[in-house]
Amino acid sequence: MLEIKNLHVKLEEEDKQILKGVDLKIGAGEVHAIMGPNGSGKSTLSYVLSGRDGYEVTEGSASLLGEELLDMEPEERAAAGLFLAFQYPVEIPGVGNMTFLRTALNAQRKARGEEEMSAADFLKMIREKAKTLKIDSEMLKRPVNMGFSGGEKKRNEILQMAVLEPKMCVLDETDSGLDVDAMKLVSDGVNALRDAGRSFLVITHYQRLLNHIVPDVVHIMADGRIIKTGGKELALEVEENGYADILNEVA
Amino acid sequence: MALPQVKQDATDARLAALTMPEGSGWATAAREDALARVQTMGLPGRRDEYWKFTRPDLLTSVEPKPAAIFANDETPLFSEIDRVRLVFVDGVFDAAQSDDPALAGVEIDRLADATQTDIHWARDVYGVLEARGQKPVERPLAALNTAFATDGVMIRATGKAKLPVSLVYLHQSETSDAILHHCIKVEPGAELTVLENGPAAARFNKVMEVEVADGAAFHHVRAQGRDHERQAVTHIFARLGTESTFKSFTMTSNGIMTRNECIVELTGDDAIAHVAGACLGDGDFHHDDTVFITHDAQNCESRQVFKKVLRNGATGVFQGKILVQPDAQKTDGYQISQSLLLDDDSNFYAKPELEIYADDVQCSHGSTSGAIDETALFYLRSRGIPEPKAQDLMVLAFLAEAIEEIDNKAIAEDVLVRLSAWLERRRKG
Repeated sequence: MLEIKNLHVKLEEEDKQILKGVDLKIGAGEVHAIMGPNGSGKSTLSYVLSGRDGYEVTEGSASLLGEELLDMEPEERAAAGLFLAFQYPVEIPGVGNMTFLRTALNAQRKARGEEEMSAADFLKMIREKAKTLKIDSEMLKRPVNMGFSGGEKKRNEILQMAVLEPKMCVLDETDSGLDVDAMKLVSDGVNALRDAGRSFLVITHYQRLLNHIVPDVVHIMADGRIIKTGGKELALEVEENGYADILNEVA
Repeated sequence: MALPQVKQDATDARLAALTMPEGSGWATAAREDALARVQTMGLPGRRDEYWKFTRPDLLTSVEPKPAAIFANDETPLFSEIDRVRLVFVDGVFDAAQSDDPALAGVEIDRLADATQTDIHWARDVYGVLEARGQKPVERPLAALNTAFATDGVMIRATGKAKLPVSLVYLHQSETSDAILHHCIKVEPGAELTVLENGPAAARFNKVMEVEVADGAAFHHVRAQGRDHERQAVTHIFARLGTESTFKSFTMTSNGIMTRNECIVELTGDDAIAHVAGACLGDGDFHHDDTVFITHDAQNCESRQVFKKVLRNGATGVFQGKILVQPDAQKTDGYQISQSLLLDDDSNFYAKPELEIYADDVQCSHGSTSGAIDETALFYLRSRGIPEPKAQDLMVLAFLAEAIEEIDNKAIAEDVLVRLSAWLERRRKG
């Protein structure tokens, strides 16, 4: 599904290397988690994959289903099947949530040469999906993320994921700012989307999210590299002992 | 006090080229008074403070700058709205192209006809509200209009109008210089909607005086034609009675010179005045919104919402004032003027003013100027929306607050379609 090879990335503005050779391969239907201390480069990885400005790839590559991602515009990456659930979903005054979602879905369909979805079909589909995430019609009508609580914003991210049905989902600290109930709701939303044809990369500081979204593989990232890879038990080890042991062990 | 020589010369030259319409009946006195006002004030000059951001030359010159006729490929705005059309071609009423005025369910007379009959209400409006609006700031081009207007309509609503009155301004001569003057009286408890659209002429000077009586409501939606070369100066003078409502929205796309002044006096308690505008400008576009709202009664509400999208060197101007008189307690005043600059070459000049003499008043104002929010743009793109489309969404979202001021949802939707089409065309161009 996703294959990242020897990825080196620096900030455009300053001469600071953030990623120093990341290698990662995620198969179809797999759920991988990346954990790591602050500043290890986890979020940068998600931004670079989604095509955000401000980063320069100095070496390496990343491909989605064999297509080179890094040459594409952000919207092309989305149409190719990539989805980033933002750590801080953006508020957009004046743009209605429904309009936004329908425009996005139809833009992706158009880019893939598929037929656009009618307003009626869209309405029916979104109502069903919103219901399972406990997003009421009032939230759908409001401008994108405006006046949403932290939990509502994250649920809205998962709703977008459910509507757009991407192949590769990157979740950037989706657990941040969530209480226990909200985390359960969001995780259930993600788990409902788990599918043999869909892969996930879950970026998190804490192991607790991984109790709900159980990963197949756990990677530990530090100083711009993946320094250790293991099964879900690796997350528990971090939870108990912190990152220090692993960092020492590798050093 | 004598006028500066330059101003005196320019005023004399312009006035010499104009002739007061003959047979103006009762309006003759009003016209002569207005002419005296113009002679005293002189026409606007570059050094005038009120014209600091807009050069008046194109609006005061003896001859108008010729404006090419624009072939509009769109269905005109309001086509879907059930209305009574009154058509003016280069500033001259065209009965053949117009609907039967009687269908609107209000009294409608042509200015020239009205002045021959003793229409009391019109005598109390024509040039009267304009003259009141000359203080504290002079508006010589409006007085010039009162003196020399060649056509216009007098509309009086005594109940709820059956249909909106739609003033359609067609432009067929490259050198036309049109001066239209409309008077509107909405009697107590009555309701009227007036729509205006079209380029009107190469140069267009228009005054609309509106008297909104106690408990009456007046709605106004206007679209200034896409003809880029036309020049326009317009004034709305409105006086509002107790518990009355006045709402005016203007959409402007294109135009090398547009100055829209709106002067509103809230003279009765609990009145509401909303003035809004959305404009899109490209290249040598110049658009000026000048608004003056006077609160002279208690518990009134006024809103000014002006949004401008500028690109490719376009210029936008906003001069907006809220004046709260000593007795106008419990005033609720709001003013916002914002520009979205799509590149580094465009300019927005804003002069928001509050002058408050009452102590129990709520007034807020804000003015901003900025580029498209890159973070939001990326968010939209990351969901698969191509950059141009994402940018359009952001632009329309920016204009939304102004468009929401249109009460009629069908018209608001139509306006939105026009704005989207403009953006679409610019992408191709």
